[in-house]
Amino acid sequence: MQVELREITKAFGANQVLKGVNLTLEPGEVHALMGENGAGKSTLMNILTGLHKQDDGTVHINGKQTQYANPKEAEENGVSFIHQEMITWPDMTVLENMFMGKEKKNKFGWVQTKEMKKEAERVFEELGIDIAFDRTMKTLSVGQQQLVEIAKTLLNDAEVIIMDEPTAALTDREIRLLFKIIRQLQKKDVSLVYISHRMEEIFEISNRVTVMRDGVSISTKATKDTNYDEIVRQMVGRDLEDYYPEMTNEKGDVVLEVNHLTHLPHYENISFKLHSGEILGFSGLMGAGRTEIMRGIFGIDPFEDGEILLDGERIDIKTPHDAVKKGIGFLTENRKEEGLILDFPVKDNISITAFEEFSNNGWIDTKEEKEFVELLVKRLTVKTAGIDLPVSSLSGGNQQKVVLAKWIGAGSRILILDEPTRGVDVGAKREIYNLMKELAERGVAIIMVSSDLPEVMGVSNRVLVVHEGSISGELNQNDLTEERIMTLATGGK
Amino acid sequence: METKNTAIIKKKERRSELYRKLGPLVALIVLMAIVTIMNVNFIQPANLLNLLRQVSVNALIAFGMTFVIITGGIDLSVGSTLALSSALTAGIIAVGVPPVLAIAAGLLMGAFLGMINGLLITKGNVAPFIGTLATMTIYRGLTLVYTQGNPITGFGGGFAFQFFGRGYLFGIPFPVIITTIAFGILFIVLHKMTFGRKTFAIGGNEQAAYIAGIKSDRVKTMVYAISGMMSALAGLILTSRLNSAQPTAGTAYELDAIAAVVIGGTSLAGGKGRIVGTLIGALIIGTLNNGLNLLGVSSFYQQVVRGVVIIIAVLLDRKK
Ligand SMILES: Nc1ncnc2c1ncn2[C@@H]1O[C@H](COP(=O)(O)OP(=O)(O)OP(=O)(O)O)[C@@H](O)[C@H]1O
Ligand SMILES: [Mg+2]
Repeated sequence: MQVELREITKAFGANQVLKGVNLTLEPGEVHALMGENGAGKSTLMNILTGLHKQDDGTVHINGKQTQYANPKEAEENGVSFIHQEMITWPDMTVLENMFMGKEKKNKFGWVQTKEMKKEAERVFEELGIDIAFDRTMKTLSVGQQQLVEIAKTLLNDAEVIIMDEPTAALTDREIRLLFKIIRQLQKKDVSLVYISHRMEEIFEISNRVTVMRDGVSISTKATKDTNYDEIVRQMVGRDLEDYYPEMTNEKGDVVLEVNHLTHLPHYENISFKLHSGEILGFSGLMGAGRTEIMRGIFGIDPFEDGEILLDGERIDIKTPHDAVKKGIGFLTENRKEEGLILDFPVKDNISITAFEEFSNNGWIDTKEEKEFVELLVKRLTVKTAGIDLPVSSLSGGNQQKVVLAKWIGAGSRILILDEPTRGVDVGAKREIYNLMKELAERGVAIIMVSSDLPEVMGVSNRVLVVHEGSISGELNQNDLTEERIMTLATGGK
Repeated sequence: METKNTAIIKKKERRSELYRKLGPLVALIVLMAIVTIMNVNFIQPANLLNLLRQVSVNALIAFGMTFVIITGGIDLSVGSTLALSSALTAGIIAVGVPPVLAIAAGLLMGAFLGMINGLLITKGNVAPFIGTLATMTIYRGLTLVYTQGNPITGFGGGFAFQFFGRGYLFGIPFPVIITTIAFGILFIVLHKMTFGRKTFAIGGNEQAAYIAGIKSDRVKTMVYAISGMMSALAGLILTSRLNSAQPTAGTAYELDAIAAVVIGGTSLAGGKGRIVGTLIGALIIGTLNNGLNLLGVSSFYQQVVRGVVIIIAVLLDRKK
């Protein structure tokens, strides 16, 4: 199937997001779509699949002008969209999720489970996926859920599959599997639109790259004819020198000491020290227990054994409230569930951790609040048409920046960041690294959990590697190599 | 360009916000106009004051209910809380406790009953609907036990207690003044103070609020305590007016309160709402009751009309 988008324009209210975008998708190609957060990538794909209607411009399928009325119609015609924020039915089974809304029925309306199973089995086999059909969706890892979503598109014999940041939450092994599947799909002449902020992936998997900036598509090139710097330059509009900031190695006193923290089966005997002014990286495979350790420290989930010392004194943190009061901040990895109140304005989402900054005996000074929030929005370059707009109207990467702004605003002395740059574009990533460095220089102690190896190596003063719930090694800046981390992360010595 | 766009968006936002705010108010005015056209007596000051006095009981309960619903919860026990705290207040006045003290005790009693709801929901992890459904029958049962099923009457209470429900200040019924003050305080708490912010945040996304350091259990418990206290306050007004505490007082009052909150534009899903809306919602229901009585509509039909109005109000709200 050949898809052509011609001169697409789209505005939300007065916010002109697309100003004339062109994109051609050939059968069997993987087409990377690049652009900064808020450039309009997801919006463009939502137009193709009929969720939004363009203001102007046309969609042509195999040369014929077409307009899908809604995503369901697009899906029935072979165009499937796997969204950035996946929508699943967490309490229903894998099989039910796959056939949601298109269950096989006999003439009395009885659901034909056996037939559905047979068909699902065929697709799973084709893709090399091994997940039991009767498991509920919520018991799967995000990666597995993603695979189910992909399998679902094949049930419809999709000819065009759009993947919007599919790897943001996948383990390394799952990414390998995904790429293998993508190559198989290519052989069957399925074409893919691939949206990602991870540059390495673009060069590994895509055939062509289109870059969007300021609402227009500014270039389409064969991937082999372009390079990292050129794409970044096109996306951001200028050169980005020195991706990672120069790290100083001056650290202060130990502020946080964790001894023998244990919560089976998630983690066991975790001990480490964190100095003020230091950025401590936590590396490891996804599912190694890094997030669980941080949740334990922050008081979200109780731990069974061990102790936490703050400035040398044993502290008792039972709830996040206690942690926040002690000057600890925690940016969680899943912004939609735990980081944001989606219907609320950007302002209320950011100010929620810092009431003391602009209130007096419980009275809020709204003017001060506004100034406080606007400062943070500017500092983190959050792209929004106004801080009174609901945070759900922001692009994925900008939502992430809002969560970050909230914790910067809390003024914590100890900041735990779990995947802080998930879904954030290259330019903004660099901003965030600079900000982390600036905070560290001011004496803030930072823990960064990240599955992005180059990132961990680029910003950390020191890295702890976690393997199956235990710390398997500690690396100083000088002995940081990708190989060393990977060996430790997979249980090697 | 950017700033111009921003300005336009803000203007649009503000306009739709304005519609949202004014919707219920316009409905109220239209309703009052219709009733007036059909019977001029409606607009007489005496009738209007009477209307306000009638509304105050439901309005007070609905104010508390607004907080509860904004957190994403519901309080079905308000009517029983009203009855139990009224009976206890009447009881202690009857044995000679000074009325002012008894009123304070009654309010605390209401707050306490509400707090039990809150603890059940937060510490006990019971769904608000179930938890308050249970306490609704428990509190009602306790009321019947305490009163042995008979109204408590003739407790006198002297001038102070009688004034509470029947008095006039500068020609305005005292219950109306109480309601106005309660509205002012609760408006400030909900919209100008951090407590209100936290209430909204919990309704918007409880887990996110919790991780941001909000003590969601405590806020929720306090919200139910507020609801209980407002029910008790409504109960005291009722008791004073009737000069008797009825064991069946407040039966089904939770429905009118919820209706007022919903008509006022507060979302049952939590996270969204305004106490001004609730006040208007209560006035709409009051106008309807008062107007239909004036027009001599049978009470059977009145129920039908009230239901229809609720549906219209909610539909209009969805449209915007
Ligand atoms: N439903 C909506 N209502 C209002 N504005 C919207 C809506 N959806 C998107 N926008 C705006 O459109 C712009 C483009 O958003 P979009 O989600 O397409 O960006 P994106 O390129 O996918 O970014 P990211 O890389 O962060 O995912 C943003 O400024 C966003 O705020
Ligand atoms: Mg996007």
